[in-house]
Amino acid sequence: MASGSVTSPSGVPATAAAGHSMSILGYSGPQLAALAVLLALIAVGPFVLYPVFLMKLLCFALFACAFNLLIGYVGLLSFGHAAYFGMGSYIAGYCAKQLGLTPEISILAGTLVATLLGVAFGWLAIRRQGIYFAMITMGLAQMVYFFCVQAPFTGGEDGIQAIPRGRLFGIFDLAPDMHMYWLTAAVFLIGFFLVHRIVHSPFGQVMKAIRENEPRAVSLGYRADDYKLLAFVLSTALAGLAGATKSLVFGIATLTDVYWAMSGEVVLMTLLGGLGTIFGPVVGAAVIITMENYLAEFGAWVTVIQGVIFCLAVLLFRRGIVGEIGRFLKVQL
Amino acid sequence: MDDIFGIPAPLLFGQLLLGLINGAFYAMLSLGLAVIFGLLNIINFTHGAQFMMGAFVAWMLLNWLGIGYWWALLLSPLIVGAIGVVLERLLISHLYKLDHLYGLLLTFGLALIIEGLFRNYFGSSGLAYRIPEALSDSWDLGFMFLPVYRGWVVVAAAVMCLGTWLVIEKTRLGAYLRAATENAALVQAFGVNVPRMVTLTYGAGVALAAFAGVLAAPIYSVNPQMGSNLIIVVFAVVVIGGMGSIMGAVLTGFLLGVIEGLTKVFWPEASATVVFVIMVIVLLVRPAGLFGRA
Repeated sequence: MASGSVTSPSGVPATAAAGHSMSILGYSGPQLAALAVLLALIAVGPFVLYPVFLMKLLCFALFACAFNLLIGYVGLLSFGHAAYFGMGSYIAGYCAKQLGLTPEISILAGTLVATLLGVAFGWLAIRRQGIYFAMITMGLAQMVYFFCVQAPFTGGEDGIQAIPRGRLFGIFDLAPDMHMYWLTAAVFLIGFFLVHRIVHSPFGQVMKAIRENEPRAVSLGYRADDYKLLAFVLSTALAGLAGATKSLVFGIATLTDVYWAMSGEVVLMTLLGGLGTIFGPVVGAAVIITMENYLAEFGAWVTVIQGVIFCLAVLLFRRGIVGEIGRFLKVQL
Repeated sequence: MDDIFGIPAPLLFGQLLLGLINGAFYAMLSLGLAVIFGLLNIINFTHGAQFMMGAFVAWMLLNWLGIGYWWALLLSPLIVGAIGVVLERLLISHLYKLDHLYGLLLTFGLALIIEGLFRNYFGSSGLAYRIPEALSDSWDLGFMFLPVYRGWVVVAAAVMCLGTWLVIEKTRLGAYLRAATENAALVQAFGVNVPRMVTLTYGAGVALAAFAGVLAAPIYSVNPQMGSNLIIVVFAVVVIGGMGSIMGAVLTGFLLGVIEGLTKVFWPEASATVVFVIMVIVLLVRPAGLFGRA
């Protein structure tokens, strides 16, 4: 099991969970236990809670996992992930509504466009590091936002509304919430396992090496920029997947999805849950979405509370909820 | 000379002036960001919110206490700067030993809090701030009408930027500041109180943002969101200019404002994105920024 805990882009060096006798598919014993709890919650959830709320939660959890792949394991803070989430959302919505494509094709199309955007923007942004990287990704995302305000296919201020969920593979009707729920859960789990697989692959190990000490990784012969770009693209692809799924769940794609506040929100979810932890982004998304759900009537106070959580997380518990629990139990979650 | 490139001269000069004014705000805000970043190594995301606070404090001084524009120009930066000093001492100063990104995240959180509080109290719709009596006139320059206030904004911003440059480049205090930017520990060893200088620098950078906010109050409507949309453009300006040089930040700010203004004349649809497009081009050609050191 890992000796150090992943805490921050420049925090305690992390070692891989692999190599321990208890590990199965790269998951350690405690992680398997947590995974079992997560799977049980996903299975039981829709019978206890409102399925649409859970679907929203799963979409944002996937979004946060995608974001975490970049900041938690490569140490790159993107402040413009809304661009990929929103683009995935718009394209999937457009395909499903205007082109009448089936949901799986629409979702894939949204993911693909977000990925291409990720290739272009990642290629530009990795030219600078640290604080500049954050500002550049933010500027590029704002460019996408203004594009979406003006482009005809996005519907401007109205967005794309009444997007049909359609029939999966042309057969299964997704209109009932429970049907859509199982698709969303499947999409989330695919993304969730993919992130874990990437992190624990040899590629993932190099990613972490670059995070910890880029010059040394370069001196060992790794082309750091190629690794960063690939990590960026994978992260944006999953963000697009999350956005595309979200637009079919709610039947709506709007400017909110591409606005900078959305980029900030995914940072908050990941930070609160725990940067560089497997389960952190899921927990963070659950807390934030639940909070927004119950505090919606208080309007601008939600923004204030989000800001307060941001400050508290940065000042008091930089490991995040899951990171702190893991430290308390002396396990890596 | 009614038409220039097929564009009516008053329209062209009008947009050029608007561009200069936007450029003045870009210059002042990116200057403040550069000064703060130089010493604190923190990108102050709260800068936009502090710009907004500057405008709101001016509005409050006028409507609650009857204190006019000219006093607000002095008092508002002092008040907002003092709040900045308190924030730096209480919160930001705990992050200097950590990764720079945490500074960005903390100041982002602070910006959310400030913006949310103002939105709760004042709502999202804007408040009006009257142009001061002495500047409410308008001059006929022959080729266009120049509202005096707009001219004043450009001049005041340019003087403020030049003044900041002079302080940093030509005074003893500025020399300490530049030395501390290079090597804080060494300057401290020479007996300069570096932590206090850091605090005051943050306060001064914030005061500069508030000063810009007061200048902006009579032009734009005073509303809680006025800073957050501006700050993202200013970040792009900072990426384009690079934060290594004070004069570079100022020039880049004015230049981009003018380019944006001209884009509004020739291709209005692109005016919102032109700064970001230039950012992309600069990243391709000169990744360190126009005035940056690689």
